[in-house]
Amino acid sequence: MNNKPLLKVENVSKAFGGVLALSGVSLEVHHGDILGIIGPNGSGKTTLVNAITGFIRSDRGTVLFKDRNITNWPPHKIADLGLTRTFQVMRPYYSLPAFKNLIVPLFSGRARRSGGWRGGGKLGSRDTVAIDILEEIGFERDSYVPYKPASSLPTGYLKRLELARCLALRPELVICDEVFSGLSMSEMASMVPLMEKLRMEGITLIMVEHRLRELFRIANRLIVLNFGLKIGEGTSEEVMDSKEVKEAYFGSEEEVFSYV
Amino acid sequence: MANQKKDHRKERLDRGIKVRTDGVYAISHWTEMTYLLAPRALLIGGLLAAPLILSYFPYWQRVLSIICIYALLAIGFDFLANYVGLVSLGGGFYVGVGAYCAALLNSHLGLPPIVTVPLATLIGGIICTILFLPCLPLRGVYFAIVSLMFPLLAARIIEALNIFGGTDGIMGLDGFSSGWVEQYVLVCALLVSLFVLRRLVIEDVGLVFRGVKDNDQAVKASAINITTYKGIAVFISSALGCLGGATLAHIYNWAGLSQFGLDYSIIPIAATVVGGGGTLVGPVIGCILLVWLSEELRDLGTLRIAVYALVLTAFIVFKSEGIMNFATRKYQQFERWVHI
Repeated sequence: MNNKPLLKVENVSKAFGGVLALSGVSLEVHHGDILGIIGPNGSGKTTLVNAITGFIRSDRGTVLFKDRNITNWPPHKIADLGLTRTFQVMRPYYSLPAFKNLIVPLFSGRARRSGGWRGGGKLGSRDTVAIDILEEIGFERDSYVPYKPASSLPTGYLKRLELARCLALRPELVICDEVFSGLSMSEMASMVPLMEKLRMEGITLIMVEHRLRELFRIANRLIVLNFGLKIGEGTSEEVMDSKEVKEAYFGSEEEVFSYV
Repeated sequence: MANQKKDHRKERLDRGIKVRTDGVYAISHWTEMTYLLAPRALLIGGLLAAPLILSYFPYWQRVLSIICIYALLAIGFDFLANYVGLVSLGGGFYVGVGAYCAALLNSHLGLPPIVTVPLATLIGGIICTILFLPCLPLRGVYFAIVSLMFPLLAARIIEALNIFGGTDGIMGLDGFSSGWVEQYVLVCALLVSLFVLRRLVIEDVGLVFRGVKDNDQAVKASAINITTYKGIAVFISSALGCLGGATLAHIYNWAGLSQFGLDYSIIPIAATVVGGGGTLVGPVIGCILLVWLSEELRDLGTLRIAVYALVLTAFIVFKSEGIMNFATRKYQQFERWVHI
């Protein structure tokens, strides 16, 4: 592993009107990392993801991916380089069978180049690749889950479908925006090994999460945001021991005692 | 229910449409093939035979041409609205651009209609797409408003600058060599574009178009440039309108400001509502009905618009899914009375 970071974010700031959603956030992700981004509601986690992946324009700062300055590139070009993301609110194409949802990413230039779909023009070859990807991510082929309409799938499968949409691009870095939220305990339990499997396949992950317990099991480094500021960085123990992080989550000690 | 019989109950069977239309079962027996082919044959055969059947009624032959022009616009509208998510009110603009392109090619370069119509389709489509490019980031009602501005603006600019013949338009264009050429060019163009578009939307690229409509963020995150695909879709839709406009110019031997009229923006939308959006065939049926109705109502004079509006409202209130969606559903269902 080389020491150059895969993704380097420097001093990114974004203001919505008078609200400073991000103020000077920096982070580095190395190849093979699973970086967790946590923080209370409204702390700017999703804004950070949006700024990195080009869905909003940041006011200041730079984003470097594979040593290329991708600051404020359009999202599709960033995705084309191999940096893609899932969405917090999943909106699959409900009327289509699940595997047809993957045709869109498989149609992109990146998927064609990467050879996942060899573009031989054979009828149905994209469908086959799509079903293979879904099977790999936990859709049971035998019970015809990939063929069922997306509208009939439970949340757990929809989250996987959203992740599969990213994997169809053969990405190098995937930013997962709250893949654990809304899942049952058992669904979450089956999601954790999946994330580890992805890392072993060489995909670097950034996970934005509210579910701290599951995140602590898989993330090797964490970043804590509060009011758009980075207030902590390190392993889960280091982060949780930090006074600022405790204050951000539970309030300051004086405040806590004032309620008691 | 009024017609409920005693001891009887209505039984409804949904045929296994997926099984019947997909795979080897569909060609296993001639009845199955007929089941699939009959509705298609009815439309194709009906449209191809229509000029022959109407040959005793020259007036209705001309009406058929107008129906085809509206139908071209309507399938373009349906494709753009229901598969790409751009509600375009620019139909009048497409027709006008197509008509003026054909007229200029014919009057200045002296090209015959058989060359000007395809050229005007292509050039007109390119012009419309380039002019619409700045509006492509817009969606829904915002795109509708901006696209409505185009036909209004174009007519005023031609009037104010007095270019392309000003308010008189460009007169004295060559007509088609005969009525048959005019009608078969339009009917064939309609059938071919219907076939191509219906094919396009079920191919993989069609799924990308639908993706742009349903969830453009996910399409962007899938490394696909949505502006490119919106541009392609606008090109397809506007080229269809320009084809109609170019033929219209040669039918009337004239290209003028009224070809930027709002009729060409509004009637295709009404036809899509009546016929059933998202089916592509529905808008064609809608156009046939609406144009025919509007001709039949000519005797009523001013009341015509009122009756027309009532019929439209009735459709929207009572059959908002549209004729084609309703007919497809009924075609795939059996209903029968069974003895209890």
